[in-house]
Amino acid sequence: MDQIMQHAVNGLVLGATYALLGIGLTLVFGIMRVVNFAHGELYALGAYVAYALVSLLGLDFFSALLFSAVAGFLIGSVIEFVLLRRCKLENIDEVMLIMIGVMIIMQNAELMLWGGVAKVVPTPFSQEPLIVGSVALSPTRLFVLCAAAVLLLVFYLVIERSRLGMAMRATFQDKDAAKIVGVNVSSIYTLTFALGSCLAAVTGALLAPIFVVSPTMGDLASLKAFAIVILGGLGNIGGAALGGFALAMIEEFGASYVSTSYRDALGFIVILIVMVMRPQGLFAVKERVG
Amino acid sequence: MFTKYRLYALIAAGTLFAAPALAQETIKIGVSQPLTGPVAAAGTYVANGARLAAEQLNAQGGVLGKKIELIVEDNKSNPREAVNTAEKLILRDKVPVMIGAWGSTFTLATMPKLQEYGVPMVVETASSSKITTAGNPWVFRISPTSRMEALAFAKQLQSFSPAIKKVDFLAVNNDWGLGATTEFKNVFAQHGIEVGRVETMSPDATDLSAQLAALRETGSDTLIVTSGVEQLTLAIRQASEQRLKQRIITTGGSFPEPLIQNPGPKGYVSTHLLFFSPWTADKALHPEIAKAYMDGWKQKGYPFPGLTEGFRGYDAVLTVADAIKRAGKAEPEAIRQALWETKVAGVNGDVSFIKDGPAGKESGQNEPNIYIVQLKDGVVSAQ
Repeated sequence: MDQIMQHAVNGLVLGATYALLGIGLTLVFGIMRVVNFAHGELYALGAYVAYALVSLLGLDFFSALLFSAVAGFLIGSVIEFVLLRRCKLENIDEVMLIMIGVMIIMQNAELMLWGGVAKVVPTPFSQEPLIVGSVALSPTRLFVLCAAAVLLLVFYLVIERSRLGMAMRATFQDKDAAKIVGVNVSSIYTLTFALGSCLAAVTGALLAPIFVVSPTMGDLASLKAFAIVILGGLGNIGGAALGGFALAMIEEFGASYVSTSYRDALGFIVILIVMVMRPQGLFAVKERVG
Repeated sequence: MFTKYRLYALIAAGTLFAAPALAQETIKIGVSQPLTGPVAAAGTYVANGARLAAEQLNAQGGVLGKKIELIVEDNKSNPREAVNTAEKLILRDKVPVMIGAWGSTFTLATMPKLQEYGVPMVVETASSSKITTAGNPWVFRISPTSRMEALAFAKQLQSFSPAIKKVDFLAVNNDWGLGATTEFKNVFAQHGIEVGRVETMSPDATDLSAQLAALRETGSDTLIVTSGVEQLTLAIRQASEQRLKQRIITTGGSFPEPLIQNPGPKGYVSTHLLFFSPWTADKALHPEIAKAYMDGWKQKGYPFPGLTEGFRGYDAVLTVADAIKRAGKAEPEAIRQALWETKVAGVNGDVSFIKDGPAGKESGQNEPNIYIVQLKDGVVSAQ
């Protein structure tokens, strides 16, 4: 029982970060139909910004989080404005190639700038774990969980309750109809991409003190993000959040009770099953295409 | 990709016939190390150690009157890339001898190319027993096998208090981690130590919470962890976060150096098997060589804990340079023959090769020294 509780807590923390990764990716895909291969690199960017500010410049971690968010938002808008808007998103192959190019350039730029050796970001919290019963949790992970929960809530409110969110949802449903009723689809696109990038960067910065920061860290993050989005249904924001938690729990419990060698494989086996049984994703309703 | 190799092979063959024996200005040594990817820290230190040795040898006049030229290639912590770097070094740069490729998996992937092109390689880090027992006569390993490490560790079992009675394993899921787990298990069985749970982690995994939570309730007193610098750091930090009761002992000679600057909870102790301990360098077999290495390293401004891995590259270059000197020429077969007669004083101790593997196509295996250190609150002490 103790072990199950510990796994559940671990899964919750991991799931919260997966959810953040997945939401950013699904937002961009859902609204813009852009498969963002550079999502993991924006995650790495956030982590490196945190490293540069905290470890090199001695800034406190919380301000660094804010700067990472701003950096993600700015770089995201630049990518959208300079690279995607030009090609009008008509041709999905072109968009994919552009995003793969962005991924390669960003990863190699990180390598050039910081070198291949992993960097460590010190945590602002105590290293002593908090113990409740037999469950141990480090304060840093607890902070990550809380921060992720707040971000998820804020995003939910923005999308469901605000005028901006309404415009985004309208564009998601039908971009031509949205244009007719006066939505500025171009700025919605830029904003969407910037917000998605911002989420990825914040996630990277949040996790920097827990893990290590390296130029290839984005690869694994991208892979997981795609898995989550497929699990939850492409373009489905609630689905991505639930998909994140689902993947984390599968990994956590699967690793412990089935085999750690298959920890990553288990997630993908479940995804395969989902794709066969419920191709629209676990939490999405069927959508008519064309 | 395949056609690219063919092209290289054609170009190589072409130049070979067209312009034989161009006058060599330098003596080239190829180095394949993981400079990026999950074990980049260690690979970078080994490459820097190799560069340092080459620089010091060149300052003394080089080898056979020529300067040593190291050609360092990044194998990206990836066996496929390790093969690519070997092809590039052998075919394009025409190195007569190689040093590499850090990981057991990368080294095993590279080995068929050594045999194909007939180029010897000094293996400086990899520890899987398969490397010297595969029947590849072009392989000369200066690093200890996991079995040697396990046997050396067994001699120190008495020094642990409370005594080691039951052990769990957490190992990286590749030739190195799985091989080390097998060898340590065998040695523990001989000493009547019970083996509990064995958990693995993929080489790029960063979140080890599931593995560690599963290891919490096994009732073992010791956890043997095998991986590179990055994953050791993550494993020890996350184990302390989850309050693992087991004492942690790491194998393979890597040291979780980030824990010196950012230690985990107060009082948490971890034990590390190293092949060079810069904290107790005066106890090395050849303190004067260790000092030359450490002084050079310091001059370059490389991080102090990196000395634990950098010596591998340093000793490998000393070994190769000595073989070339005795061979009298920088040709693969001559170097291979000379390597068998190696008697070099290195940072780790004396380097010489005994025969290992099937008769007639043995590989060379060195018998290096092993050191045990402890890390507590960011301070390292010898055990």
